[in-house]
Amino acid sequence: MTDANDNADLPQAVRAPRWHWAPWLIWLIPIIAALVGGTILIESLMSRGPTITINFKSAEGLEAGKTRIKYKDVEIGTVGRISLSPDRQQVVVTAQLVKSAESFLRDDTRFWVVRPRVGAGGISGLGTLLSGSYIGVDAGKSEESRDDFTGLDVPPFVLTGLAGRQFVLHAEQIGSLDIGAPVFFRHIQAGQIAAYELDPNGTGVILHVFVNAPYDKYVTTSSRFWQASGVELSLDASGVKLATESLASILSGGISFGAPDDLPVAPEAPINSTFTLYGNRDNAMKHADTVVRKALLYFDESTRGLAPGAPVDFRGIVIGEVTAISLEVDRKGKVFRFPVEVNIYPQRLQSRYRKGTPAADDSREVIDALVARGLRAQLKTGNLLTGQLFVALDFFPDAAKTTIDWKQEPITLATVPGTLEELQAILSRIARRLDKVPLEQIGADLRVALKSLDSTLKSTDALVKRVDTELTPQASATLEQVRKTVASADAVLASDAPLQQDLRTTLGDISRAAQALRSLTDYLDRHPEALLRGKKETP
Amino acid sequence: MNERRLPVTAAARGLLRCNACDLLCKPLAGAGTSNCPRCAEPLHQRIPHSIRKTWAFLLAAMILYIPANLLPIMQSRSFFSVQDDTIMSGVVFLWIGGSRMLALLVFVASVVIPLFKLLALALLTLSVQLRSTWQPRQRTRMYRLVEAIGRWSMLDIYVVALLVALVQVQSFARIEAGPGAAAFGAVVVLTLLAANSFDPRLIWDCLDNDMDNAYRDNDDMENDLD
Repeated sequence: MTDANDNADLPQAVRAPRWHWAPWLIWLIPIIAALVGGTILIESLMSRGPTITINFKSAEGLEAGKTRIKYKDVEIGTVGRISLSPDRQQVVVTAQLVKSAESFLRDDTRFWVVRPRVGAGGISGLGTLLSGSYIGVDAGKSEESRDDFTGLDVPPFVLTGLAGRQFVLHAEQIGSLDIGAPVFFRHIQAGQIAAYELDPNGTGVILHVFVNAPYDKYVTTSSRFWQASGVELSLDASGVKLATESLASILSGGISFGAPDDLPVAPEAPINSTFTLYGNRDNAMKHADTVVRKALLYFDESTRGLAPGAPVDFRGIVIGEVTAISLEVDRKGKVFRFPVEVNIYPQRLQSRYRKGTPAADDSREVIDALVARGLRAQLKTGNLLTGQLFVALDFFPDAAKTTIDWKQEPITLATVPGTLEELQAILSRIARRLDKVPLEQIGADLRVALKSLDSTLKSTDALVKRVDTELTPQASATLEQVRKTVASADAVLASDAPLQQDLRTTLGDISRAAQALRSLTDYLDRHPEALLRGKKETP
Repeated sequence: MNERRLPVTAAARGLLRCNACDLLCKPLAGAGTSNCPRCAEPLHQRIPHSIRKTWAFLLAAMILYIPANLLPIMQSRSFFSVQDDTIMSGVVFLWIGGSRMLALLVFVASVVIPLFKLLALALLTLSVQLRSTWQPRQRTRMYRLVEAIGRWSMLDIYVVALLVALVQVQSFARIEAGPGAAAFGAVVVLTLLAANSFDPRLIWDCLDNDMDNAYRDNDDMENDLD
């Protein structure tokens, strides 16, 4: 304060308008910062969804920190870390999902890597060529949750939430089918195979097919499924048959379904109902018959050309099929018989056109009556080229009378030999007749005849010889004289022969005489008086 | 007290020095703020509530420093992928990519310098508050350094701002600023403000008890006024 006077010449500060922030307001700044920073942090922490691990066979196309997880092309997470499983068999992908993706943590949620794929069924994932692979998700619906998943090798063909229904098919073998193979309804692709597995006991294959929404209502309780795999070439009693489905199914195989036309409309099949997958359409449709009567036919003739599946035919209508063929030895008779087992579908005898007709009655009385009328089974050649046989039922009124033993199951229907067999019988009859012809006697007679012919020829020979010896010398003498006569004639007639010369001169004389005569006549003509007076001297 | 020769400062003489035009003037009698008669700059012996303000800015900066480093400052969307980059991931990316000098530069400018500023300012403020007489010259030098390098940290923000503006090829490549960039920018600005509100003269005031008292009186007086 002692220096106060020294500062006298200094200017005086001026009063500022009183305008003041309360000093504590400065603390608002860190509070706001804390609020903002805290909000951002909490937000980012809260938006961190669950962390899941997915096991894949390979990490091809996956990149830690970059590969996204997408559901319907909406990003729901990012791959954080890719490591190997302890046993080095698998790749463990740790992924960070967004908060809203918590609902994806279901037991049946499926993950797969979307990468470009080219298959018989089509091309998929082309977009990932540029953008890189991503992990696709199919949200599960299970109640149980989990956060450790196993990734699929191939994308699932049926996604949860897809409208349609799933059905179970039992097949003997899978054929050329694969997951994603099409399911056709009247050649329209109606669905695809979602999965397949082996029967638990290994006796067949269980296929899960998914039929898409508009078409699933056509799967009825009477529907049949059959393999439409590629090209089917069948050769049977009715000839060669070539059946194909669409071009895609030729390449990759497929399944068709449909209901037999002659069945009434059936209700829709419930979800997951079980069907049998038949080998082809014919088989699938064949089993439309629910009433099956088994019968046994004993044939004595060769069954070469008869195969299980061969038709049982009644005057052109197939009413059954052969199911088995075997061989039996009759110990007593020491003969072989061929028992042929057939299924006969009596329903096929029912009239479809007259509604009133009751179902064909296969009761014992009817069958007994039919057999009494001569109903017999016969093997017939269906195809001469291939030698395929079929069983024909027909009436043979001349056949020996039999009755059916109803105590046996299956019943035995009597048979008659087939047409070839008959032909053989006829041939043997002809041979037997030929046998009766007396060929030896004919031979003996023939020999006698030949002997007489021989002697005749010999006498002829002697005759000819006599003619030769007795007639020939005279004939030659005669001929000699003839020759001489001809020679003298020849000499007479030759041009330089004297006769000829004389004749020529004579003829010359005659011609001259004729000339003289002509001139005389001329003269006389002009001077007829000369005849009286003589020739006048020319003046 | 008399043995030691007091350093002659404006404050010691009871005068005010204008911060803008360096005019020395006499304070007004009585309470209240006063302005420079020449340039109308508000006059005060020391920055009012310097310590408090510095602490406030510093705390805010420290809080925001966390999200600034954890959150992505840049999101680059290309046709192929989407990538979030935090400061550290950018540094790592540069380092791995071979541009080690650049990585070092970014690391120093974006990580080391803000951290150094925060720590240095905290140290200065704390030492003033504890009236430490330890190495006042070094501390003043440190303050100068803090002030000088403060702006460098804005480098990152500039880069992000430039990229966001330039790389806007719709749907093919796009770069967007992330929430980390805002936080980081706030940290830089807040540290600048903190450095600005710190009055280095306080370092020296502690050396002198009288001045210290005077300062304290002044401070008390102002506090009382508020």
